[in-house]
Amino acid sequence: MTYAAPTPTGAAALADDTYIAPRGIWAATTRFLRRQPVGSIGIVIVTIFGLCGLFADWIAPYNPTANDFAAMTEAPSWAHWLGTDQLGRDIFSRILFGARTAYIVGITSAVVGGFSGLILGVGSAYFGGRIDLVLQRINDIIMSFPLIIMALALVSAFPNGVAVHVFGWSFHTGSVSTVIFAITIPLIPRCQRVVRSSALAIRTVPYIDAARALGYSHSRIILAHMAPNVVAPFLIMLTSFVGQAILAEASLSYLGLGVQEPVAAWGLMLQGGAEEYASTAPWIAVFPGLAIMLTVFGINLFGDALRDVLDPKLRDR
Amino acid sequence: MHRYIVNRLLLVIPTLLGAAALVFILMRLIPGDICLVRLGSGGTSFSADALAQCHAEIGIDKPWLLQFGQFIWGLVRGDFGISMWSGKPVIQEIATRFPVSLEVAVLATIIAVAIAIPLGTISALKQNTWIDLLVRTFSIAGIATPSFWLGILSILFVLDITQAISGHPWMPSIDYVPLWKDPIRNLSIVMLPAITVGYRYAAVSMRMTRSAMLEVLREDYIRTARAKGLLEKIIINRHALKNALLPVVTVIGLEFAFLIGGLVVTEQVFNLNGIGRLMVLSVQNQDYTLTQALVMLVVTIAVMSNLVVDLIYAWLDPRISLK
Repeated sequence: MTYAAPTPTGAAALADDTYIAPRGIWAATTRFLRRQPVGSIGIVIVTIFGLCGLFADWIAPYNPTANDFAAMTEAPSWAHWLGTDQLGRDIFSRILFGARTAYIVGITSAVVGGFSGLILGVGSAYFGGRIDLVLQRINDIIMSFPLIIMALALVSAFPNGVAVHVFGWSFHTGSVSTVIFAITIPLIPRCQRVVRSSALAIRTVPYIDAARALGYSHSRIILAHMAPNVVAPFLIMLTSFVGQAILAEASLSYLGLGVQEPVAAWGLMLQGGAEEYASTAPWIAVFPGLAIMLTVFGINLFGDALRDVLDPKLRDR
Repeated sequence: MHRYIVNRLLLVIPTLLGAAALVFILMRLIPGDICLVRLGSGGTSFSADALAQCHAEIGIDKPWLLQFGQFIWGLVRGDFGISMWSGKPVIQEIATRFPVSLEVAVLATIIAVAIAIPLGTISALKQNTWIDLLVRTFSIAGIATPSFWLGILSILFVLDITQAISGHPWMPSIDYVPLWKDPIRNLSIVMLPAITVGYRYAAVSMRMTRSAMLEVLREDYIRTARAKGLLEKIIINRHALKNALLPVVTVIGLEFAFLIGGLVVTEQVFNLNGIGRLMVLSVQNQDYTLTQALVMLVVTIAVMSNLVVDLIYAWLDPRISLK
């Protein structure tokens, strides 16, 4: 008896229902955009603000830190699209540069906090035992601080930045780095906890035992074999972290404990007299807040869509 | 169940001790010397003896371990020390401001629950309709809106409305009056901050209510209830909502800690003399006796609310304590 080898026709028949052809990044992106229209709106918003921040030097019509005392609290006009603040600074230009600060703080805190949490979470699940116990207790301690309280405590401990000394080379970080540091630390255990719970399930899978039996190093097993399998919850968490970090930065700057003048930051723009001029020059308060809200709104829309794609169990919920 | 309760209670002690150690170390890392700031604040010169006396008064001349021991012993006895800035007992500083924050927090919780549960339920029942889309947008916007901006906008709104109605812009007084003394004036002071903080709280709880309701509505027992011809109202209220509320209660409890964090910023917007504003002032003044006491207070509230949520959850769902 002879058996016919699988034919391309047979493969094509399979493709209709069960076979999923491997897709490139471009195909996956277009598929995402087509299937997640709301998430796509989020991507558009986030991209617009990202590009504004990136090309602020070219787009901004005015210097964001230049005072113009002849044009203080001017209403929106052709000369100043979004008006000017109490020091005559152009609000549109400050919002563009503020986008840069927000994205730098948001993305750096989320990525550093997220990846540290990923490695610690997978490591904690992989090693188990005492290492896991100690890490989880430290987690409990840090997570007992609400994010903004932890950030406040860290900012108060390092109010003038951090002096770094590495191999005889030393430098002093500015207010932006202090804010990034203060927001990153509380994000680590939040990511670690989620990643650990996913990694615990992978730890008992036979291919991890096989990797151990082959004599692979701990770091290779953690980074190459376990970490890629917790990417779905990790990416969802990372997206929400960017939004949380932008909000935390804005709050700290609003309190006068975050980014310091002359750096343009959305929270800082609301600190400098937004309430005082609320009735006479409402644009000072409205536009920077709108920029924060729209950006975080866009990130959350994208995060929700990403969750639907990566975690089918949560779809439609 | 008893074993679960004991284990859960025992877990609180190392967490609080660790948090106290973390706060204590962080506060000791603050650069500069508070005594130099205090003694030299008026540009006056002072002797080395005066500086040493100031250090002894505050207690920072002792070794760290001894200071930590005293800090913990003080926490156990409810003695948080003396504020380095005002010179008043910390407990007194907190006691005068705590009722304001507590009232805003409780009111915000009531507002959040009153918005979240009905809207979350409607959103789930009308899944993928324009109502659902509207509610989801409202809830995502709530998570994205910074509370201090919402506060500023609400001030702007009140000023404009009162200007339009009476010709004079009006804002409530910032002098706090207890609810039992003058309820109208009290509510006029705390209502706006409570709505501002409550919106975010409502948004998070609304998403959870919708999600939990969608899950419950797909359960077999709901199908059975429908098959036996029960009224939709009874199915929703008696069978679906009761079960869906379990995770919602958890989120409400856990978010209470975030609510306290939110107050730090909101009290600043509304000039409310609560513990949130006091914390910002203490950080700005580098008053670490006050800062560490306030941080510990917030952490204790957060840990205790987590504990209460866990215990309620275990009581409502006995499977938790058996795991």
